[in-house]
Amino acid sequence: MELRNITLRFGGVVAIKDISFDIRDGEIRAIIGPNGAGKSSMLNVISGFYIPTEGEVYFKKIKRGPMKPYEVARLGIARTFQNIALFDGMSVLDNIMTGRLTMMKSGLLSQAFWYGAAAREEFAHREKVERIIDFLEIQNIRKTPVGRLPYGLKKRVELARALAAEPKLLLLDEPMAGMNVEEKEDMSRFILDLNDEFSTTICLIEHDMGVVMDLSDRVVVMDYGRKIGDGTPDEVRNNQDVIDAYLGVAHD
Amino acid sequence: MPDQVLYAIEVTLNGLMTGVMYSLVALGFVLIFKASGVFNYAQGVLALFAALTLVGLQNGQVPFAHVINATFGTNLSTFGWHLPALLAILLTAGIMVILAIIIERLVLKHLVSQAPIILFMATIGLAYFLEGLGDVMWGADIKKLDVGLPQGISDTIERVTDGWFGYGFFIDNLDIVATVVAVLLVAALTIFSQYSKQGRALRAVADDHQAALSVGISLRFIWVLVWSIAGFVALVAGIMWGTKSGVQFSLSLIALKALPVLMLGGFTSIPGAIIGGLIIGVGEKLFEFIMSSPDLAGAWFGFTIGATENWFAYVLALLFLVFRPQGLFGEKIIERV
Ligand SMILES: Nc1ncnc2c1ncn2[C@@H]1O[C@H](COP(=O)(O)OP(=O)(O)O)[C@@H](O)[C@H]1O
Ligand SMILES: [Mg+2]
Repeated sequence: MELRNITLRFGGVVAIKDISFDIRDGEIRAIIGPNGAGKSSMLNVISGFYIPTEGEVYFKKIKRGPMKPYEVARLGIARTFQNIALFDGMSVLDNIMTGRLTMMKSGLLSQAFWYGAAAREEFAHREKVERIIDFLEIQNIRKTPVGRLPYGLKKRVELARALAAEPKLLLLDEPMAGMNVEEKEDMSRFILDLNDEFSTTICLIEHDMGVVMDLSDRVVVMDYGRKIGDGTPDEVRNNQDVIDAYLGVAHD
Repeated sequence: MPDQVLYAIEVTLNGLMTGVMYSLVALGFVLIFKASGVFNYAQGVLALFAALTLVGLQNGQVPFAHVINATFGTNLSTFGWHLPALLAILLTAGIMVILAIIIERLVLKHLVSQAPIILFMATIGLAYFLEGLGDVMWGADIKKLDVGLPQGISDTIERVTDGWFGYGFFIDNLDIVATVVAVLLVAALTIFSQYSKQGRALRAVADDHQAALSVGISLRFIWVLVWSIAGFVALVAGIMWGTKSGVQFSLSLIALKALPVLMLGGFTSIPGAIIGGLIIGVGEKLFEFIMSSPDLAGAWFGFTIGATENWFAYVLALLFLVFRPQGLFGEKIIERV
């Protein structure tokens, strides 16, 4: 995944200003920066929710034209949202099953006429989903309507739904925001395991510096829509611009 | 059993059957409202348009005959064929799908993320357009619709109930068929939405647009899908109403009766649409029966009133608006502050 000279404007507001960076296969890439820096906007550009005003997006070395979010999703890019977007009326299991919609083959007619094949396909999908449920340790809430779950578990279900799509690239917008220490540790462990065991490429936005430094291979730092740092956690930590932005010190 | 009770039972049964018709129209509303948040004012006209098209196809009527004749001085009226009912119904269903695609392309697509009131206004425009189109295409005269459904009073039921109670109930065969068809339709819709890939996608969109997009669902496809389903439901409703009272432009007014049904049942609940329709159907018939009867209202209140069917549903809906605005089954509306 590569982004070249991305600029995004909303009327007069410049949310992203001429930013380029790449995401390598198999790495955990973090985007950090103060509130309003344009991090979520960047994730929205990658996932097709926003169309950049200028700049190019390359996925698997191929330049991507302006795409609808559902088209991007079908390319194998799954995401979660900063403000959690789940299907509140459905059970946890059904929510996660929707993650596999793009992979379901049986159409309307074949489902009506070849019930056996459709049932077998459904079963295969269910098996995959159950494995994700085990992995994220949410077996005991499988049948619960999502609307009733506490915040931390909702975030986990949202992650499960994204994983169900077996994404080539996973985008996580503040996956640990609003969680307590224990929940954060669990989530960090899941993200690391995902990356280790299934070598899923992950791009995540996170506020907690400690978490970011532990998890990520490389970090992009944004401030007021600009990129002010890019490198390994150590490099970024010692970057003067980044230190200033985070401590609010003016340049002299 | 006293006569009054038997009459009341008969009235209730007839009310249930009328209610099924209301439910069918309300069902079309709910489907579109749930999936897209659009209150589709055109649902009744959709039923009219479907019925007109069905009759036209069946009788081999030349569409736009008036216009063609006026322009070219020809004298066309029919193709001279008569299609089998089933074929005509399938063709009409196909036309409703094409109509759904056109509506999405020309209207909905351009109004994405507009306020609900704008979409509502668009459907009002659509309703008048379709009514006009139906008129120009097929003519404004009242047409007889016959797809071979049984009609007339059911002899069997009259005979059997006569044997039981000494009073034979008058139940229309068509009403019985309508009920069976409605039950099958709802069962099919339920199975579709619970177990099919497209049905799952539809429920997802109804629940949360953003989340639906993120799992790879195309909103435009879903809109075409729900409008097609709503068109199909409209076709079923159009067949029933059209067979009962002829295909005429007042058919689009049944949509108005669906409104109180929705206020009762809630705008987002399919069971609500069904039960709301039944309650209104039974309620208005029973209320009329009681209030116009000298032996009941006359004896109890000292007066009788007639023609209550015209307003009963609306008054009932108004009461609901005051005491339970979300309807019987609708989700509670909680304003977040
Ligand atoms: N849909 C939108 N319409 C208008 N302005 C937006 C929109 N999305 C984001 N912005 C603006 O872009 C800037 C960056 O926002 P965002 O990407 O959410 O920042 P972050 O995620 O880093 O906190 C903010 O000024 C925000 O108001
Ligand atoms: Mg953000």
